[in-house]
Amino acid sequence: MSDATQDGPMLAADGTPLKRSLNRALRRQKLRALMLIAPLLIFVLITFIAPIADMLFRSVENDIVADTLPETVEVLADWDHTASDLPPDAIWPAFYTDMFFAEEKKLHTRLGTRLNYELTGVSSLFRKTGRAVGRFDTDTYTDQFTDLDESWEDPASWVTMMEDDATREALPMTASAWDRWTAYLDTEGDDPAEEDIEDLLFTMLYLDLAAQPPVSGLSERIQQAAAAVPSFETVDLQAQFLDADEDWADPQVWRVIQTYAPRYTPGYFLNAVDMQLTPEGVEMRPDNERIYGILFKRTIFMSVTITLSCILLGYPVAWILANLPMRTANLLMILVLLPFWTSLLVRTSAWKVLLQQQGVINDILVWLRLVDDGNRLIMMNNQFGTIVAMTHILLPFMILPLYSVMQTIPPTYLRAAKSLGATNWTAFWRVYFPQSVPGIGAGSILVFILAIGYYITPEIVGGTTGTFISNRIAYHISSSLNWGLAAALGTILLAVVLLLYWVYDRIVGIDNVKLG
Amino acid sequence: MKLTKTLLASTALAMTAGGLSAQDMADSMTIVSWGGAYQNSQLKAYVEPYLADNDGVSATWDESSNEAVAKLRAMNEAGNITWDLVDVVAADAIRLCDEGLAMEFDADELLLPGDDGSDASDDFGDLLVSDCFIPQIVYSTTVGYRTDLVPEGADAPTDICALWDLETYPGKRALEKRPINNMEWALYCDGVAKDEIYDVLETEEGQEQALAKLDEIKDEVIWWSAGADTPQLLADGEVFMGSTYNGRLYSVIEEQDQPVGMLWDMQVFDLDGWIIPTGLSEDRLARVEDFVKFATDTQRLADQAKYISYGPARASSAPMVPEDMKMHMPTDPENSKNTLLYNYDFWADYRDDIDAKFQAWLAQ
Repeated sequence: MSDATQDGPMLAADGTPLKRSLNRALRRQKLRALMLIAPLLIFVLITFIAPIADMLFRSVENDIVADTLPETVEVLADWDHTASDLPPDAIWPAFYTDMFFAEEKKLHTRLGTRLNYELTGVSSLFRKTGRAVGRFDTDTYTDQFTDLDESWEDPASWVTMMEDDATREALPMTASAWDRWTAYLDTEGDDPAEEDIEDLLFTMLYLDLAAQPPVSGLSERIQQAAAAVPSFETVDLQAQFLDADEDWADPQVWRVIQTYAPRYTPGYFLNAVDMQLTPEGVEMRPDNERIYGILFKRTIFMSVTITLSCILLGYPVAWILANLPMRTANLLMILVLLPFWTSLLVRTSAWKVLLQQQGVINDILVWLRLVDDGNRLIMMNNQFGTIVAMTHILLPFMILPLYSVMQTIPPTYLRAAKSLGATNWTAFWRVYFPQSVPGIGAGSILVFILAIGYYITPEIVGGTTGTFISNRIAYHISSSLNWGLAAALGTILLAVVLLLYWVYDRIVGIDNVKLG
Repeated sequence: MKLTKTLLASTALAMTAGGLSAQDMADSMTIVSWGGAYQNSQLKAYVEPYLADNDGVSATWDESSNEAVAKLRAMNEAGNITWDLVDVVAADAIRLCDEGLAMEFDADELLLPGDDGSDASDDFGDLLVSDCFIPQIVYSTTVGYRTDLVPEGADAPTDICALWDLETYPGKRALEKRPINNMEWALYCDGVAKDEIYDVLETEEGQEQALAKLDEIKDEVIWWSAGADTPQLLADGEVFMGSTYNGRLYSVIEEQDQPVGMLWDMQVFDLDGWIIPTGLSEDRLARVEDFVKFATDTQRLADQAKYISYGPARASSAPMVPEDMKMHMPTDPENSKNTLLYNYDFWADYRDDIDAKFQAWLAQ
């Protein structure tokens, strides 16, 4: 501090320290700038980022098992599936309760669909059991309790009974089933004091009382029932389930439920890379079910091929455009842009007409006697068809960046090189080409990223060997409804693109990409 | 609060006092169907007559039936159901019912009794394959072939296994890009008895057997995914024979006069019908139920058969189908000598599993 007159911080005109005043002004400017882009930012966040994040989240989300079968999942958590074939006996009342509520809320079939992705046959197992669960023989308990005392039928008496803490403590299963029952009625807008008491509640009441809890001090009705329960006719819940479907005796079913009980699962991602999550751990899928590895490799291979053929075809065109007089160049530019203004479907269908075996190209070749009528060329429903059609469709995305980069390369450089003795080739390769590389980079990134996610064109002209991973994603979104798997495939595809982008940045450098 | 209560009470009164009056129904519906000739037959047979009877009501079409399941699921998650009535195939109806996206109903309550006096549940009978499905028509997937491309000296094919007979009938085939129907036909032509097909297909070996049989013609097959593909491929002469829906073949043969013949052998029956989405508001639901009651009565279903060669789902409608259409119905005794019924339960369970194997086989 050489200036002795300046004591303390420098002040602005209004007396606040200059630093703070400057900061405030800067912040206000930043805020104003932010406000300007806010509409776009919010729009992108709401309509783009949020849905994508939500979709990607589905690839690990697995709430449905724990939400639909909470008590079953709890019992299964302590079950060592290697020690015994079937879960402990506590599973049956828990599962009965869960299935009863799942059926009431119509969630059991949805769960069946979910688990059917992992074990074939579970879908109809849950559907059948859902139908049976309301018709279980557990009304035997209902009848026996009401024979003892008719007031058991009265829902209002249950409401009062379940308000008493001592009773709840003595009858824990009844209390928990009652709570779920009232919560369910609440969502339906029904009053527990008016709805008939279900067989499920009597079953739980029986199971509680059969365990001989201390009932002294509880209501007379309960004491009477507790005394009578040992002579009750019983219903075997396990037998009821096996009667509904004998698959409930299959240990595999229980193991799958146990394996997929957690709220987050790596199962979809494993499926997406041809592996599977089994009770025994992670393993490869059998050979005849592996498809995603092939498809990912094929998608990348074909996208690279399409990008290369776009460079090969687009480079000379861009060169001509950049070196013609403005008027002619503009005319030709319209020809390049024309496909942009035609529907994608129309262009793809046009390729179908050209390429098919009875199509225009084959007809001409046969007419020219170049090809025998019996041996017409197969040019579509294979990889060739997809590559041809997609190269055509994506070509403008290569030509436009190339053209705008080439326009900035002064033609004098080439002339200078030649006047210094370079051959045509050397002049092009050593002088012109390196300057056009940023255009190739930009075009390649555009074409490759667009190609990797293409779906309609491969679907129409790709047959079986020319389809992409996106066709499978579309199938799982709209046909099989396995959105989790579709999300996992999509996430992997996104990761692959980001990885390739990173590699590209390391090798070529993203600063070298120019759109003009 | 008081007002809503009074309103609710009066609605309840109105309902008990003889159904809903017209004021309680929405005056527009969004109906989802397949587009094309099929939607047209629905329009002529019952949508137009219904609108003519109900002044001020309008119907909007959405041609999204082929992706109805996915869209309904998305609508349900977004909590905004914009469709009132959706036309889907039975397998999709079962899935929508499983997912809780379609409304369950009581057939005798929702649908009118048949003209012959039978209850709706008896009149539709076995075709009520799901608690949410209101059947309209029976259609079938069958095979068409080019009559002019049958080699000289050979008889026109009459047997489904002609698909595999590349020696007698050279040329490409068009088959649907999914395992359903193809696997059944493959096993049948590999010598499996018809009533054992699904027992065999349940097993790992049976699935391999079917794929091995399909392997014999794999190089000659063009796989289709849209119903319009095969008729186009046949018309272009791209394929010699291919599977598609019988109504599509009917229009290629009768309306476009193409040299195409039909194999009814081992046609696979399937059903198409309505589902009502869950979560409709009361007035919309009332309107839809009123429409469905009308659109699925005996006369209306018989009328539909005038415009398209699909069989009506009511037994009581069958005698009313016009004579000149009867021979084109998949259910005609002459056509249904050897048939298969789409096995909904089997495919609900095995669809994911077999499809994975089928697609892996295709990709190899």
